[in-house]
Amino acid sequence: MLDYRIYEHPIIDFKRGRLIKFTYNGNIIEAYEGESILASLYALGYRVFSRSPDGSRPRGAFCMIGKCSSCLSYVNNVPNTRICIEPVRDGINVVSGDGIPEPPANISSASVRKEIVDTDVLVIGAGPAGLQAALKLGEKGVDVVLVTDHFRLGGQLVKQTHKFFGDTRYYGGVRGFKIAEKLVNELKKYSTIKTYTRAFAYGFFGEGYMGIAVQGEEPVNLLVKPRYTIIATGATERMILFENNDLPGVMGAGGAQTLMNEYGVRPGENALVVGSGNVGLIVAYQLLQAGVRVHGIIEIMREIGGWIVHAAKVRRHGVPILTGHTITRVEGAEKVEKAIVAAVDDKLNPIQGSEKEYSVDLVLLAVGLQPNYALLSQMGATMKYIPEAGGLVPVRTKYMETSIPGVFVAGDLTGIEEATTAFIEGEIAAYTILERMGFTDVITERDRLVDFLWNEYRMSPVISRARQGKLKATVTEEEMEKLRRGMDI
Amino acid sequence: MSSKRTGIITKEELVEKKLLPSMERLSNGPIAILECPEEIPCNICVSACPFNAISKSRIYEVPRLNPDKCIGCGVCVGKCPGLAIFVVDLSKPGKAYVTLPYEMLPSPSKGARVELLDREGRVIGEGTVVKAWVYEKTWVVTVEVPGDVWFDVRAVRIVR
Repeated sequence: MLDYRIYEHPIIDFKRGRLIKFTYNGNIIEAYEGESILASLYALGYRVFSRSPDGSRPRGAFCMIGKCSSCLSYVNNVPNTRICIEPVRDGINVVSGDGIPEPPANISSASVRKEIVDTDVLVIGAGPAGLQAALKLGEKGVDVVLVTDHFRLGGQLVKQTHKFFGDTRYYGGVRGFKIAEKLVNELKKYSTIKTYTRAFAYGFFGEGYMGIAVQGEEPVNLLVKPRYTIIATGATERMILFENNDLPGVMGAGGAQTLMNEYGVRPGENALVVGSGNVGLIVAYQLLQAGVRVHGIIEIMREIGGWIVHAAKVRRHGVPILTGHTITRVEGAEKVEKAIVAAVDDKLNPIQGSEKEYSVDLVLLAVGLQPNYALLSQMGATMKYIPEAGGLVPVRTKYMETSIPGVFVAGDLTGIEEATTAFIEGEIAAYTILERMGFTDVITERDRLVDFLWNEYRMSPVISRARQGKLKATVTEEEMEKLRRGMDI
Repeated sequence: MSSKRTGIITKEELVEKKLLPSMERLSNGPIAILECPEEIPCNICVSACPFNAISKSRIYEVPRLNPDKCIGCGVCVGKCPGLAIFVVDLSKPGKAYVTLPYEMLPSPSKGARVELLDREGRVIGEGTVVKAWVYEKTWVVTVEVPGDVWFDVRAVRIVR
């Protein structure tokens, strides 16, 4: 039997839960409690999880956080279930997706209980921004509803195994997953914070209700009416174009991190990383720690995108970084067997005859992230397309309030940056809400944070592009008032 | 070629950024080399140093090491999130001691034989672990190496 689980790791002690048995395409699968269905299948060597609408092309794991559609499967007859964020349970029946499914005939919404909740603050997203905001609100005894679509809190912190940069006040020097543990433990201190996992915010209604579908043994249609809302839905990995980029084995860098760092499942044996930003460099290092051979990091630009310290870390372990190169195609039957890489000319076009072939089973894309703006956009917030921020982002004030009064934003949703600024933005949003609720003692700290964020932290030349992006999306209170009245600014 | 193209930090670059201690100081005994040439917004090393030898006046400045205060204890080696700090001791003739961060398997121990890896991961010799301790899963490993490769050895692979 193939077993891709990691039992010895230099950084992480994987604690696996009790043995669970479920069926997958008619086979009995043994998994451990706490794993996602996909992770448990991947550990046994499964690589194809669904097929394209016409059935001809296999689809593998890609994002691993419930954002793409590569793993849509049937779970207990419910089609289009993302098994990457579906926890394993005893006795469930899982069948791989195959094209476009028919809606199940025997499912009705009548059996779903409706629950209406009034709260002071609704926080959507439980990553660094959402958690930090909820904690600051909880400290003041404010009623908070915190929701996340995952079955675990912590967002993407849970798969970050490196010690974070930054300031010790914002968990600098602590490994990401350890920060998640700490914050989640702190949540328990505050009885006014009510947390819902497996809870999908599906839409905002004119009457002031946010609709949230809470999955579970007893699903709930949660209608939350908050006085204030903080949206911190994070970001999703980008895809790039090349031949056969949908072949299983082509995976987002974050997808591989989820597998190896969260679930302790080796994503492959031989890897190629595309993109030399910090994510690409860090994931390459983490692959080495997980026992995966990294054949190289491919970078289309002439210079390495990420920080030199991260590049130096992988270089001294023998990983080459090929600048001025791009991936042109992958090949393989049902999964990646090789990747073709070519040098590029000054216009970034592949140079004929420069192709190199790599025998790899894993091609990780670390080519940037884009904000998860859909919910905010549905709510009607004014958005702006800003390339430096990673795409469409909400226009907001320096206090993180959007064009919808009382609706705040924080973290990567507001423009791709990193965890330290997500913590700080979450805190600024929380303090501003607290100020409105009469807790004027937080104003000094909030203003100090705004000053630190803009006039010190973001002044670093290595993050100047992100700063530019954030700056372009930030307007004054007066400009925001004009926007709200439909005027140009 | 610049390190932005290669991922390899050069001596010249460290000298230019005032990050390389003088040869005189290096030969006086262990001292940290902060191989952190970019202006990263991070101050972990500053608070890590028990001797207040590392300073930054703004969070994103390149760190400054006071060579008179640094005793080469290596506490910063295990704490730097960039794994960018090394300690070098050239006080013994003909040999050097390099202290480096290590986050791979197997775990190191005193007396272990290691392959010495240069900045490109090439094996450039063998050495012996003379000291190893761990901070939050980052090992701080001191290896004895030939005196002429103190600037080249930046990683080790433990011979199983």
